[in-house]
Amino acid sequence: MLGLTQKDFLLLLVVVVLTLLAPIILNPFPVNSSLGQSFNAGYPALMQRFAIFGILVIGFNILFGLTGYLSFGHAAFLGVGSYAAVWMFKLLSFNIIPAIVLSVIVAGLFSIVIGYVSLRRSGIYFSILTLAFAQMSYALAYSVLTPLTNGETGLQVYPSDPQYLAAEGAPSAPHVFGLPMAESTTVYFGDWQFTFEIGYYLCALMLILAFYLSIRIFRSPFGMMLRAIKSNQTRMNYTGLNTKPYMLWAFIISGMYAGLAGGLLAAMDPLTGAERMYWTASGEIVVMAILGGVGTLIGPVVGSGVIKYLENIVSKINDNVLHGAFNALPDGLENVIIKIIHPFVGEGWQLTLGLLFMVVVIFLPGGLVQGGQRLGALFSRRSRNATAADRDAARQKPAE
Amino acid sequence: MDAIILQILNGLDKGSAYALIALGLTLIFGTLGVVNFAHGALFMIGAFCAVTMQRLLTLSHTVIDPSQTDFLGNPLQTKVPYLASVFGTEGAQALITWSVPLSIILVIPVMLFVGWAMERGLIKHFYKRPHADQILVTFGLAIVLQEIIRAIYGANPIQSPAPPMFSGSIDIGEYLGFQANAIVYPIWRLVYFAFSAVIIAAVFAFLQFTTFGMVVRAGMADRETVGMLGIDIDKRFTLMFGLAAAVAGLAGAMYAPIVSPNYHMGMDFLVLSFVVVVVGGMGSLPGAVFAGFLLGILQGFASMNEVKAVLPGIDQIVIYLVAIIILLTRPRGLMGRAGVMED
Amino acid sequence: MGILEVKGINKRFGGLQALGDVNLSIQENTVHAIIGPNGAGKSTLLNVLVGKLIPDSGSVMFDGQSVLGRKPYEIAQMGISRVFQTPEIFADLTVLENVLIPCFAKRDGAFRMHALEPVRHEREIGRQAETMLDEVNMLSKADVVASALSRGDKRRLEMAMCLVQEPRLMLLDEPTAGMARADTENTIALLKDIRRKRGITMAIIEHDMQVVFSLADRITVMAQGTPLVEGTPDRIKTDPKVREAYLGETQI
Ligand SMILES: Nc1ncnc2c1ncn2[C@@H]1O[C@H](COP(=O)(O)OP(=O)(O)OP(=O)(O)O)[C@@H](O)[C@H]1O
Ligand SMILES: [Mg+2]
Repeated sequence: MLGLTQKDFLLLLVVVVLTLLAPIILNPFPVNSSLGQSFNAGYPALMQRFAIFGILVIGFNILFGLTGYLSFGHAAFLGVGSYAAVWMFKLLSFNIIPAIVLSVIVAGLFSIVIGYVSLRRSGIYFSILTLAFAQMSYALAYSVLTPLTNGETGLQVYPSDPQYLAAEGAPSAPHVFGLPMAESTTVYFGDWQFTFEIGYYLCALMLILAFYLSIRIFRSPFGMMLRAIKSNQTRMNYTGLNTKPYMLWAFIISGMYAGLAGGLLAAMDPLTGAERMYWTASGEIVVMAILGGVGTLIGPVVGSGVIKYLENIVSKINDNVLHGAFNALPDGLENVIIKIIHPFVGEGWQLTLGLLFMVVVIFLPGGLVQGGQRLGALFSRRSRNATAADRDAARQKPAE
Repeated sequence: MDAIILQILNGLDKGSAYALIALGLTLIFGTLGVVNFAHGALFMIGAFCAVTMQRLLTLSHTVIDPSQTDFLGNPLQTKVPYLASVFGTEGAQALITWSVPLSIILVIPVMLFVGWAMERGLIKHFYKRPHADQILVTFGLAIVLQEIIRAIYGANPIQSPAPPMFSGSIDIGEYLGFQANAIVYPIWRLVYFAFSAVIIAAVFAFLQFTTFGMVVRAGMADRETVGMLGIDIDKRFTLMFGLAAAVAGLAGAMYAPIVSPNYHMGMDFLVLSFVVVVVGGMGSLPGAVFAGFLLGILQGFASMNEVKAVLPGIDQIVIYLVAIIILLTRPRGLMGRAGVMED
Repeated sequence: MGILEVKGINKRFGGLQALGDVNLSIQENTVHAIIGPNGAGKSTLLNVLVGKLIPDSGSVMFDGQSVLGRKPYEIAQMGISRVFQTPEIFADLTVLENVLIPCFAKRDGAFRMHALEPVRHEREIGRQAETMLDEVNMLSKADVVASALSRGDKRRLEMAMCLVQEPRLMLLDEPTAGMARADTENTIALLKDIRRKRGITMAIIEHDMQVVFSLADRITVMAQGTPLVEGTPDRIKTDPKVREAYLGETQI
C-alpha cells in the first residue's frame, strides 16, 4: 500500500495513529493530579517539539544512518531554516506556507555548499569540517551578519515590518491561510483534559510526511546505494558507481529535512537566534539519533521523543516533587534517596542525558530500537520455543 | 609595528592553551588511536583544581575572641585558616594568594588518576570500535564531567587571581624601545606562555630521551611491530593517557587567572583544539604545537581593528577558515603523515 | 589487436622502478596469467589498469579507448571488473543486495537518483540478480547478511557481483591466496565454469602454479618490473630463462 510493504505500511500506520492521538495518549493522568503535573506530556508546546525534532533526526539519520558520515554541524541547517522562515514572516506575511517552503530551499542550497566541500573528506575529517562550518555560521550570525540575523537579540517580527502580502484582518501570529497556529480546542473528560492545537497537527502532518518519505528513501535503490557506501566504498568504485553525487544528495536531503524542522520551529514561535546553530545543538541531534537507533526507520522518532520527553520531565523534578514521591518512606531513608537523586534531576538534567548517552553507546550501540528488538526476540524465544529458522531470521535481518 | 607585536603577544596565551590541549589530544590519538572528545573536560577539571586549591588553602576554623565584640555585642568570631597555625597569619595569606601556581601539586596526581581511570574504565573498551563510537562515548563523558563540575561548583565563573607579584601588566613596549603604553601586556600571560613552553619542552624531552618515550614513539609509528617485540605497549599507553591528561590539567589550572573557571570552558576549548590537531596533522606532535601557536596568533591578528575593518567578522571565523582551507588542500595537515584516519 | 593493449608503462616509487617499460597485450576470450616473484610489480600493474595508480609514462588502451586518467568507477563502467585478494563485498548488506547493486550500476550508469521507487519494484533487475545467484549456487542464501558468509562463499559472491555486470575483462589479483586446498579447488572450478559458460577475458595474477596451469591460455612472467617472457603454458614450463629466474625453486 502506498508503495510500501505490508510491514512498512504497518509501521507507518503506527506512527500515524500515535501522532494523531498524541494529545490523548500523552495525557494519561488527570490534569490536576501530581502524576499528571509531573508526567503528562500532552500539551501543544511539548508535542510540537516531539514532532519537529523527530523530523530533524529522521533527516539526520538519512545521512548518518545510511552512509555512516557523522555530521557534527547539522544544527546549522536548522538555524538557517529558522532565519529564512522569520524573514518570510517579516517580508510577506504570517502565513507559514511560504516561510516553510523557503526554509527548505535555503537550507538545501546551504547544504549544497557545505556538503560539496565537506564531502571531499571522510571519517573524522568530515566531522570536523562540518563542525567548522557550523561554528563559522554561528560566529557570523553573531557578528557580521547582524543585519540578517539581528545578532544577540535574535530575529523577530516587529509591527514596523512591511509584511507586503499580509491580508487585511489576518492574524498577527503565524497561521495557515488565516487559521492561527495557536488556535486550539480543549476537551474535558472528567478529570482529564486534552488539548488539540492547529500548530501541533501541522507539525504532526509534516512528521508523518517526513517519515513516509524516509521509508521510501530507505527502500529505494538510492537508499541501498547509501548503505553500500557505508559498507564498502572501494567496492562501490570498482563496481562503476560514483559515490560523490550519492553522498551529496544524501547530505542535501538531510539538510532540507533540518531546514523544514527549523522553519516549523519558527512557525510555532516566530523568533530565532544564533544559539540554535551552536555545536552542542548539533551534538544533541547526534545523541537523539544514537539513542533511538542509527540506521533504523523508527529510531529517530523514538530517540527524539525520548530525549525531549525526559528533558521536559526530568528537568521539572525538584526536591518538592521528590519528597512527594518518597513520602511513604521513613524520613532518614527518604532524605538519603533524595540526596542521591537530586544531582540528576532539575538543573542536573544534562548529567542524566550524558550518562544515558554513554550507557547507550557502551551497551546498546544499536540504540533503543535494537534493544527493544533484542528484548522482543528474547521473549518470543522463551514463549514459543523458537525454531532455528526464527533465530536465523533474527540474526540476518538488520534492525528495522 | 607595535600593534603587530601586541597582537602576536595576544595570540600567545590562547595559542599556548591550544598547543597544550592539542599536544595531549595528539598523544592520545597517536598512541591509542582514540579520538578523545573529553579532552576539553580534562582542561576544565585542571582549572577547577586551581579553584579547589584555593578553597583548600582557605579552609578555616572559627576562633572566638572574647576580648572584642562585634556590632551586636556578641564575642567576635573570626575565621582563621588552618594554615595560619603553621605559617602564621601573614604566611597563610601569602600562600593563599599563590593558590594557582600551588595547585600544580594538586593537578598532577589528580589528573594522572583521572586519566588512568578514564583509560582503564572506559576508553580501553573502545579501541576496536569505530572512530564514530569513540567520538560519541567521549562526547557523552565530556557532558557528564562538565555537569558533575557544575553540580559541585555551580554555574558561575569563579575568579582565581594570579599571585600579586604577577598580576597587573607591564609595558613591554618600553623595553623594546617603543612609546610608553604602546604594548602593555598582563604579566600572568607571559608567565603562562613560559610555563607552556616548559611543559612542551618537558614532554618532548621525555619522549626523546627516555627509553619509555622511545618505546612510545616507536609504538606511535608502528604499533604492531613494537607489540611483536614483546614489549607491553598497552601499559605504557595507559600511562601516556595519564600524562596527556596531566598536560591538559596543567594547562587548565594555570589558565584560571586568564579565564575564570566555568563548567563549559572545556567544550569551548575542545572544538578549537580539535581544529588545531587537524590543521597540525593528525598524529603529529610538533604539528599540534606549531598549529596551536599559529592559530592563536592568527586569531590575534584577525582581532586587529585594521584587519576587521577590511574583513568584518574575520576574528570570529579565522580558525575555522584556516582549518577548512588546510583540510581541502593538504588533507594530512601541516605536518601529518598521509593517510592517517582517512576513514 | 588485443582487447587490452599496454604500451611502455613506467612507474617509479621514489627511487624504486616498480614498472619498467611494460608492454602487454591481452587477447579477447583468453585467460592470461601474470606470474613472477614477490615485488615483481604485478599488483602495481593491476592498479594502473584499474585507475588506482597513474603511471609516469606509457599508454593503456582498452578496446580502442584510453584508460589512463580515468577514475576507477569510469574504468569499471568501460567494462573492466576487479576481484580482490581478500573479497571486497558489501559486508553489511544481504547477498541479494550485493548482487543488485552491480545490476543497477550496469543499467543506470555511475549515478542515477531514484530515491522513491522501492528496489523490489525493479522486477527485471531482481530477476537478473537471482539468476546470477542461482548460477553460483547461492540463491538459498539470498537473504543472508554477507558478513556471515564463509570465505569461499564471499569469494563466490564477489565473482557473481563482477559477472552480473558482464564485464569484457576481469582482473583477478591472487584469487586463491591464503586459501585451503579445497577452497582453491572450488575457485578453480568456479573460474573454469565462468570461462566455459561466458567466455570472459581474464587477467589473473597468481602464485599457485596449479591454478595458473589449469586455467591460463597464455602466461606472462614478470621480474623486477618488466615482462621477461610471454607464451603458452607449455612453452613457459620449459623455458630455461623462466626456470632460472622464477620456477627454479618451485615444484611443478
Ligand atoms: N604505493 C607504493 N609506494 C611505494 N612502493 C610501492 C608501492 N606499491 C608497491 N611498491 C613497491 O613496488 C614493488 C612492486 O610491488 P607489487 O606489489 O606490484 O609486487 P607484486 O608483484 O604484486 O608482489 P607480490 O607477489 O608480493 O604481490 C615492490 O617493491 C613494492 O614494495
Ligand atoms: Mg601483489
